[in-house]
Amino acid sequence: MQLSKIIDLVNGTIVVDGGVAAIDITSVCSADLLSNVLRHGKKGALLVTCLNQPHVIRSAELADIPAVLLALGAIPVKDMVALAEEKKIVLLTTSLPMYTTCGILYGAGLRSCVED
Amino acid sequence: MAANDTLEGCFELMGGDFSNAGAASSELKSILTKLGISADIVRRAAVTAFEAEMNVIIHAVAGTMHYMIIDNTLTITLNDMGPGIESIELAMQEGYSTAPDWVREMGWGAGMGLPNIKKYADIFKIDTVVGEGTTLEIYFRLKGEKC
Repeated sequence: MQLSKIIDLVNGTIVVDGGVAAIDITSVCSADLLSNVLRHGKKGALLVTCLNQPHVIRSAELADIPAVLLALGAIPVKDMVALAEEKKIVLLTTSLPMYTTCGILYGAGLRSCVED
Repeated sequence: MAANDTLEGCFELMGGDFSNAGAASSELKSILTKLGISADIVRRAAVTAFEAEMNVIIHAVAGTMHYMIIDNTLTITLNDMGPGIESIELAMQEGYSTAPDWVREMGWGAGMGLPNIKKYADIFKIDTVVGEGTTLEIYFRLKGEKC
């Protein structure tokens, strides 16, 4: 699914545009534990989290995850934004809770990266 | 890089330096990618390096991450000046962690670090002395890889 469509579905806001238009998302990883992201994250997945720290971007980078969506209106700290810009990781926010966000994406056909 | 060549390097790690946490693993991933190593191995190496790097940042005073490629094998070695691990058996159990609450609030300390390293490494060795430090050796077979 095109990332631009996901942004529409969750009424998302682009904080860092690392090439949104060209990114195709193949699955979703929803987690607030970064070791779970490192274990289960898949190449091409969207990471949905409420963690607003730069380590989230490091985890995405190292696990080949191209985009991070902060749920529940989480505001990324300055260092997180800077690292996302440096590593060209797309950083998005939505005011929707994680549960609702994931429900919308599931209903639209995206599945968990753990189920792949 | 010819099959018999050796490539190695080392990164310094500072305990408690959360602002630079992951920088060494990121650099290692970049080096491995440029060598043409397959994406799957690069990803597994990067993930294990990051988990091991975070262990040093969280628990130790300081440490090093050394990498070496020789004879189609990538070896990542982490040495730290830390508290050591009292029970490796417990530390290898998923969910067991001695990390403080404030580290957990950053998304770490889930007790998955060493289990994740074991899962993704081809060979994983751990040597620890309480009160002195810990050494992790993480191996990946590159046979058939371009490097």
